[in-house]
Amino acid sequence: MSALLEVAGLHVRFGEVAAVRGASLTVARGETHCLVGESGCGKSVTALAVMGLLARGARREAERLAFAGEDLRGLSDRAMSRLRGDRMAMIFQEPMTSLNPSYTVGSQMTEVLRRHRPGTTRARALDRAVELLGRVGITAPAMRLGQYPHQLSGGLRQRVMIAMALMCEPELLIADEPTTALDVTVQAQILRLLAGLQRDLGLAILLITHDLGIVARVAHRVSVMYAGEVVESAPTAALFAAPRHPYTRGLLACVPVPGKVRRDQPLGSIPGVVPRIPPGFAGCAFRDRCAHARPECAAAVPRRAAGPEHEFRCTLAPDWATRAEAALA
Amino acid sequence: MARFLLRRLLVALLVAATVMTVSFLLTRLSGDLAISIAGPNATQQDVELVRRAYGLDRPLWLQYLDWVARALQGDLGESYFFKDRVANLIAERLPITMSLGLVGLCIALAVALPLGILAAVRENTWVDRAVMLVALIGQAMPSFWLGLILMIVLGLRLGWLPISGTGSWQHYVMPGIVLAFSAIPSLMRLTRAGMIDALASDYIRTARAKGLSRLSILVKHALRNAAIPVVSIAAVQLGFMLGGSIVIETVFALHGVGFLAWESISKNDFPVVQAVVLVLALIYVGLTLLADLLNAALDPRLRAA
Repeated sequence: MSALLEVAGLHVRFGEVAAVRGASLTVARGETHCLVGESGCGKSVTALAVMGLLARGARREAERLAFAGEDLRGLSDRAMSRLRGDRMAMIFQEPMTSLNPSYTVGSQMTEVLRRHRPGTTRARALDRAVELLGRVGITAPAMRLGQYPHQLSGGLRQRVMIAMALMCEPELLIADEPTTALDVTVQAQILRLLAGLQRDLGLAILLITHDLGIVARVAHRVSVMYAGEVVESAPTAALFAAPRHPYTRGLLACVPVPGKVRRDQPLGSIPGVVPRIPPGFAGCAFRDRCAHARPECAAAVPRRAAGPEHEFRCTLAPDWATRAEAALA
Repeated sequence: MARFLLRRLLVALLVAATVMTVSFLLTRLSGDLAISIAGPNATQQDVELVRRAYGLDRPLWLQYLDWVARALQGDLGESYFFKDRVANLIAERLPITMSLGLVGLCIALAVALPLGILAAVRENTWVDRAVMLVALIGQAMPSFWLGLILMIVLGLRLGWLPISGTGSWQHYVMPGIVLAFSAIPSLMRLTRAGMIDALASDYIRTARAKGLSRLSILVKHALRNAAIPVVSIAAVQLGFMLGGSIVIETVFALHGVGFLAWESISKNDFPVVQAVVLVLALIYVGLTLLADLLNAALDPRLRAA
């Protein structure tokens, strides 16, 4: 079976800023693929580019951009809007502002279904909305239909967003940091909900996050993004067991492990911030922040394989990490 | 919702009371009324006679209470010049002014809303700049001048529309256009700004992610939210149009409330002036209340406040 979403060599440019530079990733049917990286490294832009939701003035190019085998590059706005909300849906980081304040939950949920399934009666659409609100764990779902977004908490609004995204039984759900704006207990609930939906409905999820704790719990596959490029991509277990890229290693070092980190020990961090990359930049974008940078890093870095389905972009020898640790000891 | 209504109504009543007081005081501030009623050739005795006859010799607060008590019963006094009940005079002319104001508002909205939306959708392109230039020109144009130009072009040269009077609906078109012109710039800017804000919002991104049609995104989702400030300003603009129709009614010889005000000011007919100010102000208060109610209907968050 072919992959549900295939992205290869994706470039997105806003004027003189290259936000995404040749990113590639594939999401198989029914799998959860996590896209991780710091703020500003192009994760959200990649997702918006896939959905065709980039702001005006953005330029999108790709070697391959296909959904269920269908090339998205040549699709008109109209054809794209037929796909969005129907076969591919998206939820966002800001549950507080992502629902229209002027319409009830019921009205906003039913309009997606009635748009993509013309002929659906209002009553049937409302039934479906109630069913899904119940499915995402909202109590008294029938009552919620008449409520406005401002009457709901952030966690409830995100659940409504999820339920709304599921109205047309999409094959792919893109979730852009869906738990970042929520408090920790609610975060866990939403993640469990997404994992459950994924399992029960056979949904493919592209989950964007900067929280590696989330990744470890829900992802089948992880892509690490840095400065508009996917620098490492691997099955979750392989990535956590043997990260190959110094940036991935750096991210993992930033996660405090209870019992392992001593109280007075400083928490891990990667010095510096994600740079703005001008068009025409060559070489590894991480080299200015990398402790192991070498002259070769300024030239184009090829993609290398480190195992089945494990790829990374780095010039270092595969065993650099163990040797670095040995040198420290 | 009931609390919101009650509070708005209370505020409206307070404003109305203030307006009554001010419109009463304004006429008393403009010099000795007995002298102006008695006329330029009156003797001291005549003036005293008038003063007593009209009760102007009583203390101010007593005159005020008397006037308020009568006004509340719909008795706005009698005109010295027209020799008629002021209430009759106003009732006769109010429909003309109201029609003129509504025609003006409809024309203004019909022009301002589509152009404002267009400018927002094409933000920072030549379309946007052209629309805003039109708004600027509209804002800079004096209404009496525009009225005269229209009369010359549409009325005299082309002969499409009658240039004065109130005989038919055609008589309202030209003054309506002139009145609309003063309201178009602010309504258009507000629509544009509101739409730009709305279109950049997260819920519009959601609407696009849902694959909704362009029309639904623009009108159902964006305009509904952008319209909230526009409704408030439209009501205020209608108030301005009704009050500001004095100039237009005079230019186009429309015998509405504005024309009545102009006549009675020049004749020193103070009960009429006082009543016109009061009626226009009360309409204004009523319109503001209406705008609040419309906003509550448009914005569910307001209903809870």
